[in-house]
Amino acid sequence: MSILIYTEIAKGKVKKSSLEAVNYGSRIAKQLNSTVTAVVIGDADLADLGKAGATKVLKLKNDKLAGLNGQYITAAIEQVATLENASIIVFAHDFTGKEVAPRLAAKIKAGIVAGAVDNPTISGDTFSVNKNVFSGKAIATYTIASAKKVISILPNSFPIELTGGAVEAIEFAINLDAINSPIIVKEVKKVSGELNLPDAELVVSAGRGMKGPENWGMIEELAKELGAATACSRPVADMHWRPHHEHVGQTGVAIRPNLYIAIGISGAIQHLAGVNGSKTIVVINSDKDSPFFKSADYGIVGDAFEVVPKLIAAVKHFKANKN
Amino acid sequence: MKILVCISNVPDTTTKIAFSADNANFNTAGVQFVINPYDEWYALVRALELKEAQGGNVTIIHVGAADSEATIRKGLAIGADDAVRIDAEPNDAYAVAEQIAAYAKDKDFDLIMAGKETISYNGSMVGAMLAELMNLPYVSLATKLEVTSGVATIEHDIDGGTEVVECTLPLVLSANKGMAEQRIPNMKGIMSARTKPLTVIPATSADKLTSISSYTLSVGRIDCKYIDASNPESLIELLHTQAKVI
Repeated sequence: MSILIYTEIAKGKVKKSSLEAVNYGSRIAKQLNSTVTAVVIGDADLADLGKAGATKVLKLKNDKLAGLNGQYITAAIEQVATLENASIIVFAHDFTGKEVAPRLAAKIKAGIVAGAVDNPTISGDTFSVNKNVFSGKAIATYTIASAKKVISILPNSFPIELTGGAVEAIEFAINLDAINSPIIVKEVKKVSGELNLPDAELVVSAGRGMKGPENWGMIEELAKELGAATACSRPVADMHWRPHHEHVGQTGVAIRPNLYIAIGISGAIQHLAGVNGSKTIVVINSDKDSPFFKSADYGIVGDAFEVVPKLIAAVKHFKANKN
Repeated sequence: MKILVCISNVPDTTTKIAFSADNANFNTAGVQFVINPYDEWYALVRALELKEAQGGNVTIIHVGAADSEATIRKGLAIGADDAVRIDAEPNDAYAVAEQIAAYAKDKDFDLIMAGKETISYNGSMVGAMLAELMNLPYVSLATKLEVTSGVATIEHDIDGGTEVVECTLPLVLSANKGMAEQRIPNMKGIMSARTKPLTVIPATSADKLTSISSYTLSVGRIDCKYIDASNPESLIELLHTQAKVI
């Protein structure tokens, strides 16, 4: 029996969320006296997979896998899981994980917890995993009753440890002749030159308090100085001040960076639902009664147009002193 | 075109979440239930727009007990033609998907749509599971959907951007913000919803692979530490030394 981890490559490196998943699997493996097999699609430096705790790395080979089509990936993982006799399969709860983990769970009839935030509690035959529910307002403890288990873990919920050894990646041919997905990719529009918001560790976000899109220069400058991604509230995206993909909140993207700086955002419950997993929240708002302060770790009551330029100067000063 | 829209019954976003004394169950007392916004605003409304433009039928399906019928009637009031309720507690994603798949497998739906996730359990699972159980293609997080001569053109969110795909029907998709705008049911819709067919079918023996053993309320942030607006340097200092995030 082994624990199987689905991992992905982005920008020539193993994704951070994939390393978190390998770490997660390796902690389960220690408890169950098992081993971790990582599967990966694509070519890159895979040394980090070993360091993260994988004792075997399988590079899946089939031309159909290149487009990350969920139907093909599901079939491929099932083949590997059968051969590896894997009873627990771990994904990152990201775009692919949200599509493939439930699909695989249905295929192999495994109980699934999607979006785990803690390591599982294993006691005899009882296997429990915590996940956020009600948009982060509560945590539910799920018990998985089936012998086969699928877990997808919420990105940026676990620290990464790279203390493992070296592993040689083995090519693994997958047979997908029986499946022909009718999905044809016509166009891919990647957001270029910016940090990918769901992966960002630092995020600077702004709302209606900025009064108009022409005032976003200082937000972008603050983000750039911090090495942060930019985000916005729903009204700002709806008014087309900022692109749709920057909208964080209940109906936008849910993020959990290490630092979320909210500028001129009142903190409606729908907005909080998308950001309340952030480790540290800073709120800058001219209204001292803004509800967002109740969900903040640090608050500045003040006019963004005065505070943000000072903050930019302070970040520059901090960076200069650090080096 | 025959379209099936899966709807969930969820507590309204602004609900104060509470649990039973033993923390084993969600306390529904005084809770206002609504159609899951992703199912309603995006999946159902886009399904209705396609039907209005091209003809066809929109069926809503819900897995749940009789107390969710008000939510189903609202879906009919917005414009769905008929509804199906499968009489089972929807407390395991696989069980829900299995029930819907068992109903839909011989009905020749061209499109099966669901919201990207419920705002209650945030699982984002049933759509993908349905696709697998019915051996259909699945497109997640769709923000635009057009159908021409049996081929769907879908724009959807992917890692770091968006992608446009084409797919012959039938298919399963999950709807994200952007697909359509919210519709408020009018009086005619509300009146006609009372007489539209709502078929209740018994649960098939569904497997329950997971269960919730307990709930805990998330611990909110207790104290906001205020920093003087004239001195943002101290914020940077605190983020570095105390929060250790920069």
